[in-house]
Amino acid sequence: MTSILTADGTPLKDSLRKAERGRRAKAFLLVAPLLLFVLISFVLPIFEMLFRSVDNPVVANNLPLTIEKLQKWDGTNLPDQETFSLLAKELLIARENSKVGKIAARLNFESGGMRSMINKTVRKVRKYKGNDYKKALIQFDKRWGAVVTWKVIKRIGQRYTGVQYLAALDLKVNEDNTIGLQSEDRRIYVKIFLRTIWISFLVTVFCLVLAYPVSFLLATLPLRISNIFLIMVLLPFWTSLLVRTTSWIVLLQRNGVVNDILVALNIISEDGRIQMIYNQTGTLVAMTQILLPFMILPLYSVMKTISPSYMRAARSLGASPLTAFVRVYMPQTTPGIGAGCLLVFILSIGYYITPALVGGRSGQLISNFIAYHMKSSLNWGLAAALGTILLVAVLILYWLYNKIIGIDKMKLG
Amino acid sequence: MTFPPYVGVGGKIAHYSFIIFCGFVFIFLIAPILVIIPLSFNAEPYFTFTEGMISLEPEAYSTRWYADIAKNPQWAFSAANSIIVAICSTFLATLLGTLAALGLSQSHMPYKSAVMGVLISPMIVPLIISAAGMFFFYSNIGLAQTLPGLILAHAVLGTPFVVITVTATLTGFDHSLTRASQSLGADSRKTFFKIQMPLILPGVISGALFAFITSFDEVVIVFFLAGFEQRTIPRQMWAGIREQISPTILAVATILVVVSILLLTTVELLRRRSEKLRGISPS
Repeated sequence: MTSILTADGTPLKDSLRKAERGRRAKAFLLVAPLLLFVLISFVLPIFEMLFRSVDNPVVANNLPLTIEKLQKWDGTNLPDQETFSLLAKELLIARENSKVGKIAARLNFESGGMRSMINKTVRKVRKYKGNDYKKALIQFDKRWGAVVTWKVIKRIGQRYTGVQYLAALDLKVNEDNTIGLQSEDRRIYVKIFLRTIWISFLVTVFCLVLAYPVSFLLATLPLRISNIFLIMVLLPFWTSLLVRTTSWIVLLQRNGVVNDILVALNIISEDGRIQMIYNQTGTLVAMTQILLPFMILPLYSVMKTISPSYMRAARSLGASPLTAFVRVYMPQTTPGIGAGCLLVFILSIGYYITPALVGGRSGQLISNFIAYHMKSSLNWGLAAALGTILLVAVLILYWLYNKIIGIDKMKLG
Repeated sequence: MTFPPYVGVGGKIAHYSFIIFCGFVFIFLIAPILVIIPLSFNAEPYFTFTEGMISLEPEAYSTRWYADIAKNPQWAFSAANSIIVAICSTFLATLLGTLAALGLSQSHMPYKSAVMGVLISPMIVPLIISAAGMFFFYSNIGLAQTLPGLILAHAVLGTPFVVITVTATLTGFDHSLTRASQSLGADSRKTFFKIQMPLILPGVISGALFAFITSFDEVVIVFFLAGFEQRTIPRQMWAGIREQISPTILAVATILVVVSILLLTTVELLRRRSEKLRGISPS
């Protein structure tokens, strides 16, 4: 069979393929600048940051010989004389490169008190003239005579480690190299993760309960009127987050507007003013109001498409208003419920600003702890591990969202 | 309100409680925004309505907190930073985002959903993680604590909004229009600027407004990337709320509410115009 040829003699198929390829390249070229921009300045930096959760260079790079020596150590008796002198020498080198602070800080994250031990040792080693470093170090700080100390150094000396993930889940490596729970007072992150999930769940439920009737009202009102009400939904959506958070502080604080009204109405007494902000209540109320539009808008857009004749048909066939609503109307709104709930939940679990400002102690979420470890405690490895867990959770939820609703169906405003 | 004759007492009660419930939700949504407007004119340094304010005495109201903003150079300085960063990042986001949306909406685009996933990721990833990642990245390339660094970071955050709105405008785009234009002898550039551009312009502008408000309102990235010299309005407000919340904050908040009302109105008008242009009956 001879193939069909175009005017210039090439087979039609080839010519078509060439044209297709050209168009594809053109389409891709249009997308390429943004794709590169996002990849280089957003996706890669995030991966690099997340990599810090397993990357553990401080001790491995600054005490390389000691760590190498410790790898061969059996871990039952104290390391030999040579290990002690290597450590002493490498600490002095580290001091010249002003890295001692970093080493001490890194060890301190793992085992409290090691910062002072390292600093003290470095000070004394500088003045030490002898040769018996083993005896000297143990004399400077008796913890050098404990096998545990060396085990910690050996463990932290590993270049790549999952230890931050253990810490993020309130676990630790025991002295006998088994994995166990952190001591009671240091077990915080699982609690924070659970609290984040719980608050996000509550916010989602509150939003759904408040949004459903309102969306129904908006969808059933005549367009002219519903547009006016819709503006009341969109205005908070467009108002600065900080403005809305500020207003909640003004409304809910002890001498705030809500307490004043309650006192004026004699519902509570002057000294019975309720603490509604700087705690979990504050976070819940403010987050519900801030995320409510994200629930109303998808619900409304689904409800708008439901024809009222279904309800009328159900009524005319003898269903009570409630039955008609529950059995006929509500099942048709499930896509909207799904979209709204997922969206609100996803936004809640990564929330930072509002909990930080109105949450007090009991209203802090996981993001606030990530920020704390990034900015204040400078434990970047732990921040990265907590961040990775959060990010994975969000990505799974988005994957669900995409499966069920489709990201391309996401509408704004 | 007139009810059909078959609606009983229970039905009426249900209906009215439904309306009242919705009324409360609308109050819940809008009251926090409206309440700060009168409070920002409070003559006293309190965050609550004084008796004078309730009985509408003119002396109880004053514009002293607005004068306060004008007097404090820090606010003018932050406002300038905010506006510079927002405008530059919006420009960048709109340019790149519109180009990408034009490519994405072509049926020939390879790996469409994967690419879309990457482009939308700045909107998905929790801000705190983006901020932490960018903090290391911009520190390494020496752009941390500079305005260009902040502009680039905000531009990335703004692009998903542009991509989404412009792609949405393009899905309703009638491609026979471009073909008609080309068959009448216009080259592809002329077709783009004379036919396609005017039609997608409302989408581009509303995407740009989304990008603008994203940057203008953003504080977490600023928190990580900006130094004192790059303080923006939200950062300044954050400091004010954290340290000593003064009525000046309420005055600033009121100004921001006015700005957001203006932006909202613009976006609404654009949406209607776009639907009219594309021949969709207003929804």
